[in-house]
Amino acid sequence: MASQLLQAAVLGVLTGGVYALMASGLTLIFGVMRIINVGQGALVILGAYLSFVLFNTWHIDPFLGLLVTMPAMFLIGVVLELVFIRPLKTDRESLSVLVTYALALGIEGVLGFVFTANYRELSVWYDTASVPLFGFRITLVYVFGFALCLAILGALFLVLYRTTFGAAIRATMLNRTAAQLIGIDVEGVSAVAFGIGMATAAAGGAVFGITTAFNPNSHYDLISRLLTVIVLGGLGSLRGAVVAALIMLVTQDVASVIIAPEWSAFVFFVILVAVLLVRPEGLYGVRVRERI
Amino acid sequence: MRRPLLTLFAAFGLILTACGSSSSPTQAGPITIGVSLSLTGDFSSDGKALQQGYDLWAADVNARGGLLGHHVNMKYVDDASSVQQVQTNYQNLITVDRVNLVFGPFSSKLTIPASTVVDRYSYAFPEPAGGGPDVFKRGLRSIFFVQPAAVEDNLVSYTKWILSLSPRPATVAYATEDDPFTQPQVDKAKALLDAAGVTSVYYKTYSSEPIDWTPYAQAVAHSQADVVILGTQLPDALAFVKYFISHQYNPKTIIETTGPDQGADFSGKLGANTEGIMVPAGWTAAATAYGNDTFVSKFIAKFGGKASDISADAAEAYSVGQVVDQAASKANSIENAKLIDALHSGTYNTVQGPMSFDSTGKPQGGVGVYIEQWQGGEPVFAYPSSVAKKPPEYPKPAWH
Repeated sequence: MASQLLQAAVLGVLTGGVYALMASGLTLIFGVMRIINVGQGALVILGAYLSFVLFNTWHIDPFLGLLVTMPAMFLIGVVLELVFIRPLKTDRESLSVLVTYALALGIEGVLGFVFTANYRELSVWYDTASVPLFGFRITLVYVFGFALCLAILGALFLVLYRTTFGAAIRATMLNRTAAQLIGIDVEGVSAVAFGIGMATAAAGGAVFGITTAFNPNSHYDLISRLLTVIVLGGLGSLRGAVVAALIMLVTQDVASVIIAPEWSAFVFFVILVAVLLVRPEGLYGVRVRERI
Repeated sequence: MRRPLLTLFAAFGLILTACGSSSSPTQAGPITIGVSLSLTGDFSSDGKALQQGYDLWAADVNARGGLLGHHVNMKYVDDASSVQQVQTNYQNLITVDRVNLVFGPFSSKLTIPASTVVDRYSYAFPEPAGGGPDVFKRGLRSIFFVQPAAVEDNLVSYTKWILSLSPRPATVAYATEDDPFTQPQVDKAKALLDAAGVTSVYYKTYSSEPIDWTPYAQAVAHSQADVVILGTQLPDALAFVKYFISHQYNPKTIIETTGPDQGADFSGKLGANTEGIMVPAGWTAAATAYGNDTFVSKFIAKFGGKASDISADAAEAYSVGQVVDQAASKANSIENAKLIDALHSGTYNTVQGPMSFDSTGKPQGGVGVYIEQWQGGEPVFAYPSSVAKKPPEYPKPAWH
């Protein structure tokens, strides 16, 4: 039992890293732009399909393919921000939910038309290869996925906390109006933040596509999980998204061993509700006082 | 005022009567057979295999002059593996497209709602893949399950084989989708093995919707059971095996209700690791049943590949055509009511062997379902010895 629990906890940490990566884009976009991008799940699935195409057509490994898909998704993100988000001048927070939901439906429709509703998976050699660890085995794809998440999240933290542009992003996250007043190009920062969010979706999508069979409808389940992560972590907090993703996946995997797999999600939501009762702003969120 | 109203009612009456009756072909004119198939979604690989079987039969029967002289056209509509869509499809096939006959879709899950719609219009509903107990519980007279045995008996041969082994395996782990096709098979196998004293160390049902199967695979692997019995469709069949490979858990024997019978769709993802994996099967390419050699050779000629690539679904669909062909000859009619009467009596020869049907459409007196095992890169009948091409590999070889 102890070995099984340890295995579940390790697997939870490794898969939690992947969810942290996918949720980081969502929370970054909220922090900078104050919009909830409910299309993030669909964009992750789009990323998975891009990796699928590269892998099936040109036999490019999904991890290597990120050199193509991440820049491509970054550019798509910048364009989407310019076309769909920037025109929203009033009631931005509410309207953005509708706009990004429409975006998700549009992506789902196009993917369904091109790829049909069939489930796809990326069958790479390391999805059955494993390494021994503490007396049990861990599938290599989870190890590679976690390493990728560490690298990308590490780079994201470096950009945010060690560069001038990162300072501009953080300033915009803290107070959009004040940032504008001191000369920061918040529109430009927003477009780049949206692009970064898409690039992380591409990376998350590649790992998601290897570990899970997916089809164009898979984004519904995914976005509900990602929203849960950023609510628990605190909207707009990158550190919160990472911690919350790890809590969610470790809790679920351990609960599936201790109780039963079908109760794992329930146990996590009990924890979520308990945290929100004590800290409504989430683990690392900041209480905002709104003027009425 | 009253006369136009009466005329309107009469017109409605005529329209409703026309909708309620099955379409009759003109003398020796072409006929259309409608089928809702899962060409996309969860069951898409099975749906496409069924289409191959139906197409092959239609080509065969047309080459022989048609079904009682009627050239057969097949009309397929995609149900996307959806319970709602399959009902709409049969409703439209019958009332809008006015097809002459209908054949069944894939899975008990879709056949059950579809058969309710089809029965409402008094169409015969021969079907290749809906054999769960719930299919027959409703007592519909129009449905006919064209496989050698009712689904809940699919693992009976396997349990007999397990109990014949010496020394007998000590422990079994079970995991199954909560699906009307898979769960009854696994539950019956469990009841038989429990009664014989083989210890159950894990039993779990899980959602038939695509989920993360890792926790279930992990629990099965952790049980270290000698025998693993899984109630799967193709995606979870692959997921479980991949987990077992990556965690180097190699049970002495493993059987999956569906997945290993999917030919290249299964072996293409696992390669040499298919070796030793079992599946209950009523059909194999090497069987000597009625017309099987012709079916296999024509299938390869039409679709390419090799005999081991042929999905059992295709053979089951082809059998539906064979049964209807013989029933039409027996009734000397392709009227649905006469076909239903004919199918309730007599025995019909198929590539899966001979079969007849009871009053609820359940197959009777068939040859039973055997054990097929992947050996040397192809699925072969391995049990019972009366049909076995090769003896079962036991214990199964280590993963590659």
